[in-house]
Amino acid sequence: MPKVSMTVNGETVSGDVEGRTLLVQFLREHLGLTGTHVGCDTAQCGACVVHVNGDSVKSCNVFAAALDGASVTTIEGMANADGTLGVVQQAFQDHHGLQCGFCTPGMVMTAADLLKRNPNPTEAEVRAYLEGNICRCTGYHNIVKAIMAAAANMSGAKVAAE
Amino acid sequence: MAKDSGIGASIKRREDVRFLTGAGNYTDDISIPGQLYCFFLRSTVAHGKLNGVDTAAAAKMPGVVRIFTGKDFEAVGGLPCGWLITSRDGTPMKEPKHPILASGKVRHVGDPIAAVVARSLAEARDAAEAIEVDIEELPAVIDMKAAVSGSAASVHDEAPDNICYDWGFVEENRDAVDAAIKGAHHVTTLDLTNQRLVANPMEPRVAVGDYNRASGESTLYTTSQNPHVIRLLMGAFVLGIPEHKLRVVAPDVGGGFGSKIFHYAEEAFCTFAAKAIGKPVKWTSDRSEAFLSDAQGRDHVTKIELALDQNGKFLAIRTNTLANMGAYLSTFSTSVPTWLHGTLMAGNYTTPLIYCNVKAVFTNTVPVDAYRGAGRPEATFQLERVIDKAAREMGIDPIELRRRNFVPADAFPYQTPVAVQYDVGNYQATMDKIVELADVAGFPARRAESAARGKLRGLGVNAYIEACGIAPSQLVGQLGARAGLYESATVRVNAAGGIVVMTGSHSHGQGHETTFPQVIAEMFGVSEDMVDIVHGDSARTPMGMGTYGSRSIAVGGSAMVRAAEKIISKAKKIASHLMEASAEDVEFKNGVFSVAGTDKTIDFASVALAAYVPHNYPLDQIEPGLEETAFYDPSNFTYPAGAYACEVEVDPETGVVEVKSFAAADDFGNVINPMIVEGQVHGGLAQGIGQALRENTVYGADGQLLTGSFMDYAMPRADDMPMFTVDHSCQTPCSHNPLGVKGCGEAGAIGSPPAVVNAVLDALNSGGIKVDHIDMPVSPARVWDAIQAAQH
Repeated sequence: MPKVSMTVNGETVSGDVEGRTLLVQFLREHLGLTGTHVGCDTAQCGACVVHVNGDSVKSCNVFAAALDGASVTTIEGMANADGTLGVVQQAFQDHHGLQCGFCTPGMVMTAADLLKRNPNPTEAEVRAYLEGNICRCTGYHNIVKAIMAAAANMSGAKVAAE
Repeated sequence: MAKDSGIGASIKRREDVRFLTGAGNYTDDISIPGQLYCFFLRSTVAHGKLNGVDTAAAAKMPGVVRIFTGKDFEAVGGLPCGWLITSRDGTPMKEPKHPILASGKVRHVGDPIAAVVARSLAEARDAAEAIEVDIEELPAVIDMKAAVSGSAASVHDEAPDNICYDWGFVEENRDAVDAAIKGAHHVTTLDLTNQRLVANPMEPRVAVGDYNRASGESTLYTTSQNPHVIRLLMGAFVLGIPEHKLRVVAPDVGGGFGSKIFHYAEEAFCTFAAKAIGKPVKWTSDRSEAFLSDAQGRDHVTKIELALDQNGKFLAIRTNTLANMGAYLSTFSTSVPTWLHGTLMAGNYTTPLIYCNVKAVFTNTVPVDAYRGAGRPEATFQLERVIDKAAREMGIDPIELRRRNFVPADAFPYQTPVAVQYDVGNYQATMDKIVELADVAGFPARRAESAARGKLRGLGVNAYIEACGIAPSQLVGQLGARAGLYESATVRVNAAGGIVVMTGSHSHGQGHETTFPQVIAEMFGVSEDMVDIVHGDSARTPMGMGTYGSRSIAVGGSAMVRAAEKIISKAKKIASHLMEASAEDVEFKNGVFSVAGTDKTIDFASVALAAYVPHNYPLDQIEPGLEETAFYDPSNFTYPAGAYACEVEVDPETGVVEVKSFAAADDFGNVINPMIVEGQVHGGLAQGIGQALRENTVYGADGQLLTGSFMDYAMPRADDMPMFTVDHSCQTPCSHNPLGVKGCGEAGAIGSPPAVVNAVLDALNSGGIKVDHIDMPVSPARVWDAIQAAQH
């Protein structure tokens, strides 16, 4: 079995995996990071989105063995250093952007990726970027609101820092 | 000023923190040391005689522990159906056995034939491929009309004509309805399909069975909306395990929408196999498997006739419906097209005569059961569509036609001709509100603006009502329910003041952990932080019936209030002793007990402490401790109602429909947490708009599911949805429960499909394209076809 080493949420981890082991299986079953979810088997729902080397990736669609040396961030790595919710996470709570919580980790990871690439998205841009993330609970209304608010909070924080 | 605590406050959800940090505990997150993995080999044909299952080669595959087939389950019960329907001729419904693993025949693609238990999922899956199954294929029974034509194959020998029951309601009204329709000034007729949907909560189902040799107790961890119901059904009817030896835990559950109410074969299998093997057994559905094994929703084919007088007054309604049961009777399947559907056919209107005939049909498809709304969306859709068609035929404004027929605000309680009695309501008020919210007055200008861009703009408005807070046990018992539908709660006030509420309700997205403490905080005058909710574990909560039918706050919340009232009553006695006053003179307000007419006070925490440290305490009169349980059985359903408005733009060149706006005016009675209520409506609207425009479950004539993944089944996505305008300021509080609440979980999914379809038809007809009806989903292809048919 191939051995794989990577950095996950800032910690170096390694393990023996089968060639067919998916990144999401490695995270959930080998590392016990169960915040990343599996909601489909056709790369449609986005519940499994994590960041790999800074890009959002569907972890159900990439082999763990292919990511030797990669840097991975999961939902467990998104809070602030002091344990408080990060800006995107906090906006989801403030705007009731989640109900059952199952799609939420993928939504947060995708939203963070969007805001990194486009700090001031329009509503249409937010909706378009969420194309690969399905939520069955919220009707997306409050998810879109949360992401718009996170964008505003981030730019506000940046202005304050400058 | 908005409240920041208690009833009516939009408090942020406490459960969000764990969900936002990956700390949730969903069933698939549970792994027990030594657990084995299960993979089900499922039928790839829709209908066939099962001549043999050869597992010999598979059993020798690496990692395989044991393989089970139908033979292993011949001695145990089938999955039970919870509601007996009686046909018009007085005979009981046909109720064939639903085995855990197929026996004798396979009856739908996805019917489980064998289960491989192995050390890893990959090994179980590999071994399943080595099982040889000998199936003699039989003709598939898929289309309902063909199924009941007399020339189709039989899905079950017990029902040669494929009819489960032939139900008439209200049977005594049948002749009077016929006569009223025959003699009416105008009759509008509409044939329509309420298409089959797949609930698709984002978390697929999971079951983990565990058996403790030391205690002899079986534990099932499962993705359920009602763990006690699963314990009851599986323990008493399938596996024969008494309650004290069976624990069912439904931890964080990632959405349900009805599909996780039912008792499924995989739950019984994992519980059974864990005991048989002596090791935990885990099954995790993948999405493709969910499409073939989760009970699906809707699937009615209906003809509705509405008789009106010359002024547009509704005189009578007659409906004929074929309702698909699929291959087997799922837990509550039989109640959905009957008591959850026929009883809603009065809608918001004073129609005096109603008759519904429903034939439930077996087909070689996945079983059909409750999905968000369950029977009530089907009733609302046909009623609100036929009213719109009648308005067009008679040249009456569709809003005006509805207003002429609304049950007047001063007519409550209103006895409908279809058994139910509406306790309160004000349908003109919600219609007034929607006319304002949707800016109906400004619509002509928006239509002109669309027209200038070559688009057809349409406005659809409708009313809806639903029966929620399910349900009065004695009433539903008379109607064939095989269970009571009360709810329970235990309120435990601990010595140092921490409060725990153990409820039979179950939260799988609804936010009970936030809203239930708001009620307790209001009643006890304490901070919400002092109150925790325990739910989802049969060992930690009193027997309860769970969450569906928008019943949690109306029934579960009422049980909690009753238990809390018992706490306050006892605490007053303790306080009266401590303050040396008569109990009748003790008042309780904002967390403080006081003696009327004096300055004596004692706070809630001190009374709680005294209850557990009873040194100065009337032990001769009351017991120590401060913990009470209540079971609440509602005296009536609740009747949330409202009016919805949708504006669409249709591209006449392509048939593409764009939802430009959607507004909802709901009367939910009192509201505990407005933020959460609005979120519930948003989600319901998305599912209703999804049904209207996108979602469809399509079987080929051979019974293969053609929409078996998210690649093919069109789930609503973010860019399909508008921002919603929702309002719940019209409030007629429920008259018969202590909180005056009605429930809000299903309204959006019930009220929205007709608004969307009515809007599309308004757009087309206003553009001179004469179209009476388009079946859902109103896809671009269907709209384009309708335009072509109208123009040629």
